[in-house]
Amino acid sequence: MALKDAIKRKQREEISGGGGGGGVGTLRENDGGKEFEVDLSFVGTTTLSSSSGSQPPLRVELPPPRTPVSLAPRTPAGPPPPPSSPAASGAPPPRLSSQFASRGGLDGILPPRAASIMAAEAGDGKPQPGRRPRSRLIVRLGALLVAHSVLVSVVCCIAGSVAFLLLPVLAKNTYVSENALMPGSANPMFSSQDVVEANRFLKEILDRGSAKVTGTEIAKLIGQHVVDVGAELYYHKFHPHGNQFHPLHFFSSITNTMEMQHNSSCTLFGLNSVGIIRAPRGDGKEAIVLVTPYNSQNIGQSEALSLGLAFSIFSLLSRVTWLAKDIVWLAADSRYGEYTAVDSWLKDYHNPLFLSNSGKIGTGVCFEENILHLLDQLKVKGPRYNIFKRAGTMAAALVFKVIEKKEKEERDSLTIYAEASNGQMPNLDLINIVHYLAVHRQGLRVKIGSMHSLLKAAWLKFVGEMLQLFGKLTKHLNPKWKFDITSAEYVEGTATLASSIYYQALGVPTGSHGAFRDYQVDAITLDLSPRFSLNNENNRSAFLLRGGRLIEGVIHSVNNLLEKFHQSFFLYFLTAPHKFVSVGVYMIPFALLIAPLPIVSAALFSANDNLGNSTEKVNQEPGCIGSSDMELCSGSWKWLQAAKVVFMIHLWAIIMSFLPYMLSQFPLMTPIMLLLVWAALSICILLIFYLIFGACSTHCGWELLKSVMIAAASTGLSLMSIINFSTAQIGAMLIVPMCLLVQPLRKQMQAGVCRKAVLVICNLTLAVVGFPPVALLIAKGVCEGFGKADVGTFWELAQLLWSWNSATYLYLLWIHLPCWVLCLHILLYPCIGRSSKA
Amino acid sequence: MAVLRHSAAFPFLLLLVLLICIPALASGVGLNDGGGGLEEEGEQFSEELFLKPLPDRKVLAHFHFQSTAPPSAANGRHHHLFPKAIAQLVRKFRIKDLELSFTQGRWNYESWGGSDPISSTNAKPPGVELWALFDLPVMEIDATWKDLTHALSGLFCASINFLESSTSYFAPSWAFRSNVSNLRYGALPREAVCTENLTPWLKLLPCRDKAGLASLLDRPSIYKGYYHSQRLQLTSTKSTGMVLKQTLTVVLKPDVQRNSAHSSLDNSIQPSWSVSSMFKKNVTGLCVPAKTSRIFFELETNMVVELEKLGYGDSWSNSIFDLSPNPVRVFKESNPLPGRSNSIIYEYINYSEHEPLDLGMKWKLPFIWSCSQSPFHASRFLMGSGNERGSIAISLQSTESNKEFLAKSHGCTVQVLIFQVVPWYVKVYYHTLQVFIDGKPQSASDVIEKIQVSPSEDKLFPGTLELMLRYPCSVQSVALTLDFDKGFLHIDEYPPDANQGFDIPSALVTFPNFHSSRSYVEDNLSINSPLLLKFQEKNVVRSYTEALLVPLTTPDFSMPYNVITFTCTVLALYFGSLLNVLRRRVGEEERLLNSKGNTTRIRLIPLLLSKFSSKLKGRTDGTPKSSSLLGSKFLFILVVVLAVLWHYIAN
Repeated sequence: MALKDAIKRKQREEISGGGGGGGVGTLRENDGGKEFEVDLSFVGTTTLSSSSGSQPPLRVELPPPRTPVSLAPRTPAGPPPPPSSPAASGAPPPRLSSQFASRGGLDGILPPRAASIMAAEAGDGKPQPGRRPRSRLIVRLGALLVAHSVLVSVVCCIAGSVAFLLLPVLAKNTYVSENALMPGSANPMFSSQDVVEANRFLKEILDRGSAKVTGTEIAKLIGQHVVDVGAELYYHKFHPHGNQFHPLHFFSSITNTMEMQHNSSCTLFGLNSVGIIRAPRGDGKEAIVLVTPYNSQNIGQSEALSLGLAFSIFSLLSRVTWLAKDIVWLAADSRYGEYTAVDSWLKDYHNPLFLSNSGKIGTGVCFEENILHLLDQLKVKGPRYNIFKRAGTMAAALVFKVIEKKEKEERDSLTIYAEASNGQMPNLDLINIVHYLAVHRQGLRVKIGSMHSLLKAAWLKFVGEMLQLFGKLTKHLNPKWKFDITSAEYVEGTATLASSIYYQALGVPTGSHGAFRDYQVDAITLDLSPRFSLNNENNRSAFLLRGGRLIEGVIHSVNNLLEKFHQSFFLYFLTAPHKFVSVGVYMIPFALLIAPLPIVSAALFSANDNLGNSTEKVNQEPGCIGSSDMELCSGSWKWLQAAKVVFMIHLWAIIMSFLPYMLSQFPLMTPIMLLLVWAALSICILLIFYLIFGACSTHCGWELLKSVMIAAASTGLSLMSIINFSTAQIGAMLIVPMCLLVQPLRKQMQAGVCRKAVLVICNLTLAVVGFPPVALLIAKGVCEGFGKADVGTFWELAQLLWSWNSATYLYLLWIHLPCWVLCLHILLYPCIGRSSKA
Repeated sequence: MAVLRHSAAFPFLLLLVLLICIPALASGVGLNDGGGGLEEEGEQFSEELFLKPLPDRKVLAHFHFQSTAPPSAANGRHHHLFPKAIAQLVRKFRIKDLELSFTQGRWNYESWGGSDPISSTNAKPPGVELWALFDLPVMEIDATWKDLTHALSGLFCASINFLESSTSYFAPSWAFRSNVSNLRYGALPREAVCTENLTPWLKLLPCRDKAGLASLLDRPSIYKGYYHSQRLQLTSTKSTGMVLKQTLTVVLKPDVQRNSAHSSLDNSIQPSWSVSSMFKKNVTGLCVPAKTSRIFFELETNMVVELEKLGYGDSWSNSIFDLSPNPVRVFKESNPLPGRSNSIIYEYINYSEHEPLDLGMKWKLPFIWSCSQSPFHASRFLMGSGNERGSIAISLQSTESNKEFLAKSHGCTVQVLIFQVVPWYVKVYYHTLQVFIDGKPQSASDVIEKIQVSPSEDKLFPGTLELMLRYPCSVQSVALTLDFDKGFLHIDEYPPDANQGFDIPSALVTFPNFHSSRSYVEDNLSINSPLLLKFQEKNVVRSYTEALLVPLTTPDFSMPYNVITFTCTVLALYFGSLLNVLRRRVGEEERLLNSKGNTTRIRLIPLLLSKFSSKLKGRTDGTPKSSSLLGSKFLFILVVVLAVLWHYIAN
């Protein structure tokens, strides 16, 4: 409103003969509060180099103001402009004044850069010799960047890609940042006696497990042993919730457990056994959680061994005197998946439901009889084993499992999984202490997940060798420079980094530790795998001793912690168990990749605007500007048309993202059918949108459309980089080239043969690769192997992302998909636009 | 003190030597009393140790030292036995009642008992708890409290002075003690307790830890225990004078000789112990000023019940366990209900100078019993996650002993008093109080009989909740929830270890219907032990909940410099450019330039630069050659000077 008023007033004043500064003066006096309206005229006067960059800076000589206005009333309101600012001089020539008046409102909104460019074009009169008009340095720099947008974008993209490939070289060695941890400073107390205990427990479990498969036998056994050790015990009963779409839970931490439990039937339940050691002399404010998942239906030797290991550590911890934090051992019943068991326990720990028809832990009507029956079955002496007990705020959690591997290695190995939902990572210190203790104390081989397909990639090896060569070269030049990385190291680092990025980008936790991260608890999963077969008693004992000492050491370190983990990094990629790339480094490639987007957007916008202004009166596109829309499409309001199109496509995408939930309400449909229905519906809706709103979409020139699309994409990518950096990084690598290169095919046809071929091929490839399902498939294929790819897998993938509350789902549907659709739209643009005539 | 007194009592030394052969309970005090005459009801000191085996293989040891001083000011400001520091405290701050406790570890209400006198009066929350009742007008109390905290802080080498700020103490109106206005209560849950607090505490005893029962206090062994609570209770009235009770409650685990051969049997039999094996020390000699010096050994009610089931009455030596020296006396708890057995206390007297009293218990057979529990087990926990909000939940679970109490008390409602102090940065919304009884939400008016809330005020007062619940006895579980928002602290209000989180002190749950008094079969006159007299006092059953740790948002203290510089740069850039755009008036600038141009006042450097650039471009404009020559010369000189300067600085 204010803007419009200002414009009207301005027009009035100009009609009445108050030109240039005089008009400003009156306006100022009329309306002292709205200062920014006053500045509308500056856009018409600032002079700049034009977008092509070929023209020399302009000089505009102005006629002196017609009405001398005294400065006196204005000066007290604000200090006069600093004399150092070499402001441009020159009021618009009379013939352009009305045009400026009509544009003034828009220019107030636009960034000064774009506005000034337009002004430069507007002031394209006769350059007159005289004083040199200058604008601010920052504006000039911006204009320079915009003017050379092609060069800038090419340089930035290449630099970004190179920097991305250089990340493994830039990785630093990890170090334990928190001094209180003191890993390995205490001698391990885990002795061969504890190993004997673990073995005994293992035998008992295997005896029971083979005898009876009711599912509660092992829980009962664990319970008895926990009570014997002198720890508190309770059983936690939970109902699994299906892996299905549910109303949007994104960004909300507290989920309604009630609703889910209504859906579940009474017969399906799992039983977690939980033991708690209260630290002697501890104040019970903090706790360390140990988790061993086991399948109560079908327990294997490795799972039994991990239970045995956990129990022997637990019984050791019940005797030690150094505990300051309580120890919680959760033997999670992984009958319905590890994550489900751990997650439902955590949910009841943090958000218990008092409201229930029966009992303390609200689990529905059938709870009472079930638990009574169950406790009869369990027959563990002691009171109240169904009452949920707690042990304060969790300091850290360790999930550990023994996994028997097929391939034999020369040492026992330890695999660390750390990625939680939406690319969240536990504090690096937790990984550091595990790595330190495993390597330097227990002599284990520490691994983290890596992308095996990349390990054999020839191009990567080549890049690695080039880097090695480069490193040698730089060493010759200056021995202080340390770029030396061997080719093999580089390839391995890249493969690890790729898997790190992939799992973070997917937003799905790599293990049950992910459940802890949702409650701000640092947690990792440790997979211990022995060197030899576990059947050999001696090997098993040696392996148990190592594993037990490692976990005891980690607990000892965490127990030393006075404050919660905060010293080390939370935002990092691992390139090796002992090497990491911190956020300060990995931001650079992304920033470089995304930097050209706003510049190109601005360049396109200004170019279009200039051309529009200069050629408006002279020639009109016969196909593109209808007579009725002329007023709208002309002038600066044109970009609103493009924005409308972009907005419509985004709206469509948002609607599409909610469709799966509605579709999933219909039962008994295969994933393929669901996906096809979804696709059909989406295309229908898109067509409807086209029919309703698409009338104007062709009228405004593809440059503007591209400009607005790029602006939207860059905003989306920047937002996504805050939520889940890895997704944004991968997305940027796909979207940015696509956005930058896209041009209507018809325009490309006009270029030279060679250029045409390159352009068309690039555009088409990018359009195919940029299609979200294809991108997903490729990412998945590279990381996990292609295997059987079915149309239904996309639905399942979408379902997976949704059910894990992965922000990647939102990214794909809200940012990536509309961007891709718009790119296609531009590719198939019917008319080439005015730029071809320029 | 003791040394002084001996020198004062020198003339009576002969008499003392003569009388030494008399086997009597009389300690030095009694003998001196004979000579002093006036001190017959004068200052007294007694020391007692109370031992009790616990069901979870641990042993409770409770030391009770009591000093009394008569109200008469016959001796002026001097005392024979009573510690002068405490007497001065009482006199200066007009203290009527005071209790200070230093505790490490948590009292395990489930396995160490919840309704006996020891647990209801001596189980304390972790850290420091201090309350005091003043005999002063209300206006002066807060100032006196501040002084008192400082005095105690100096006396016990602890940071009790942190209780001086008004954010950390509170005046409970009725939930802590009935209807008193001049009471102040404060707790420091994080205070670490160690020997530096014990030493000044021992200093208040006449024999310190050099003789008598206190000589058992071997620091490593008592600090290795599971619970350690050192308490000082002070009462002063006009009629009885000052009474100082110093108690030390420790729960120790006797060493188990792990024998792999009999591991299964060893695991089930309770470990045998003796005083010397537990404390790694013996009672060395007598504390001469002590009037009484005894050790009590209790078999608690449930244990006696179990024993009687097996057919062993009150014998201290049966096939299940042996008590090594024979007790001097046996006290039986008188039973309100006939036909039921009750706890038994055996008394031992430490009277020998040379032969240490080494009470021991030797278990022979596995034996299981349970302790007497409070009617409801109270626990408190935090709900929710994230740094924004959460809730506090207090849950009460009915225990086995509730049924026994039900049989005793015929009324069919239970009263529960909850007293909860919450620091101001945990902003509790008291209107969100929800009560669930057996999993069903109840309207507050149905259950809450009395409630008093004083909301917190930022940086001034903590919030408190005093609540009285009344509900039927048959209720199995009660849960209360209160929502809160986490507040923000000013940057200099954070403690050095801000990332640890912030504590909410323990809540106090009291059951006014239930009392933990004991009465003994022996007539009251013959019980002259202060400890047993204390057991007979009518105390309500109370239990403390866990302290809670609330993680608050904490700034990243490790890199303030980075953050400040980065943010400032960004803000400066942003606001600078925004301001520039907003308040620029090009029209005026133009006019200004024009007017300048008219008066041909062009500043030097832009002029030079323009000249220079035009020269480079090979153009000539209308300016005279001489001035351009001058400009280029000047520029040349400038460049040369700069180059020289740069060279100079660089080297």
